[in-house]
Amino acid sequence: MADTINLEVSRYSPESDPAPHFQSFEVPYRKDWVVLDALNYIKDKQDGSLTYRWSCRMGICGSCGMLVNGEPKLTCATFLADYAPAPVRVEPLRNFPVVRDLVIAMNDFMRKLQKMKPWLIRKEEKPVSEGEYLQSPEELEAFKQYSMCINCMLCYAACPVYGLDPLFSGPAAIALAQRYNLDSRDQGAKDRFPVLSQHDAIWGCTFVGECTRVCPKHVDPAGAIQQYKLTAALDWVKSVVMPWGGK
Amino acid sequence: MKSTAATPPYTLNHPRWYRKRVSTYWWLQRWEYLRFVLREISSVFIAIFVVELLFQIYALSRGPESYAVFLSFLRNPFVLALNVLSLFFVVFHSITWFNLSARAMSIRVGGKKIPGFMISGPNFVAWFVISAVIAWLLLRA
Amino acid sequence: MDPQPTKLRIEPLLWILFSAGGVVAAFLVPIQLFFLGIATPLRMFQASEHTAAIDILRLPLVRLYLFVLCSVPLFHAAHRIRYTLYDGLQIKHLNEVIAVACYGGAVIGTLIAGFLLWSFH
Repeated sequence: MADTINLEVSRYSPESDPAPHFQSFEVPYRKDWVVLDALNYIKDKQDGSLTYRWSCRMGICGSCGMLVNGEPKLTCATFLADYAPAPVRVEPLRNFPVVRDLVIAMNDFMRKLQKMKPWLIRKEEKPVSEGEYLQSPEELEAFKQYSMCINCMLCYAACPVYGLDPLFSGPAAIALAQRYNLDSRDQGAKDRFPVLSQHDAIWGCTFVGECTRVCPKHVDPAGAIQQYKLTAALDWVKSVVMPWGGK
Repeated sequence: MKSTAATPPYTLNHPRWYRKRVSTYWWLQRWEYLRFVLREISSVFIAIFVVELLFQIYALSRGPESYAVFLSFLRNPFVLALNVLSLFFVVFHSITWFNLSARAMSIRVGGKKIPGFMISGPNFVAWFVISAVIAWLLLRA
Repeated sequence: MDPQPTKLRIEPLLWILFSAGGVVAAFLVPIQLFFLGIATPLRMFQASEHTAAIDILRLPLVRLYLFVLCSVPLFHAAHRIRYTLYDGLQIKHLNEVIAVACYGGAVIGTLIAGFLLWSFH
């Protein structure tokens, strides 16, 4: 087994480059190293100007999302051993503007997420003296999967619709809206409905399913979106068949 | 920071950020995307089947001579090949459809979500049963 | 905050039609296509002959079944083709044209099916 491995890293310096290009680095090959370790080694020992995001290095912060051989991955959870001996290609996440090297601009996602009102909405807040909002294990199960999202945006890099339609809200934002819609403590489903039942939200999704496949936390955003389509469709039927229904 | 004036619904062009244009052949760039587009294209073959069926009904209702013309059209090797190809695509539609609809539904029994194959499984069984019933009805007529 | 209320009303209906068409197509089209495209020209069964076939076709239940088989899957195909053209070929500037052509085609196909199935004795 060779003791080094080749990393082809996308470099882009907005001051001097018209477009990203690849730079080749030879890093030590350790069986327990992940791509993030290799990037840290490059920055440490070979090229201090390499720019990328990372934080927890254990798959919970969602910072280190990049394309590894074209596939959206958390670089802290992607082992070099799975790619050795072939060169490993590291690029910034697809479908986002590249700010520098491997760093993308995530303003669009943050704005779309905020549009979904990803917080508990109550008609009336219970006073603290009345105690906590109680929730059974079954009620927790209803939304727990969608609460696992770490906002790593791998799903946005995988979603072709997000790449093709700049207005599309995207998988994570809709899944997080569902996380609150399905939370028994939340009373804001009606508030989120006008935002969700739009062509640039759930109706733009064509259930490609790539988002679910690449999600490192098994959130299944595709499932969340399709289930909400059903909810919205049933709601529409109710509004047509029983237009007098109270709000 | 950012002004609270109307924010645009998409990321505006920033002169120093690099935005890659999505190629018209984006669906060829990854096997998963190609599989998705093929799945969507299966609907074209469903539409072709409906058109053929409408022609069959039309030919049948016009009498034996026009029906004979329709039969000879069906026997044309290109038409036969198209129908064989269509058969593959509509079967592909059925298989992907049952798998997709299992993932699109969230059915809980006793608080636990039932696994996908328990939804798609019965669908596949029903598909075989219904097909067998139709085949039996057509063959004994 | 409430843009285009019409789109809000139409999209759920189109999705319901798409889903219904997908279900009908998934269960019925393969076996029907086998009989229509392969068994009939190869004369593999009695009812591929005109006399037997027209007798079956006259039954009201068969007419209804065929109407459903022709109409709903067309809406399924229209919806999918519309989105594939919109996403796949990125011809967004023709968005309204594509939508009208696709769903209009499905409507026309449905009308033709209804006419054909109930215009003979």
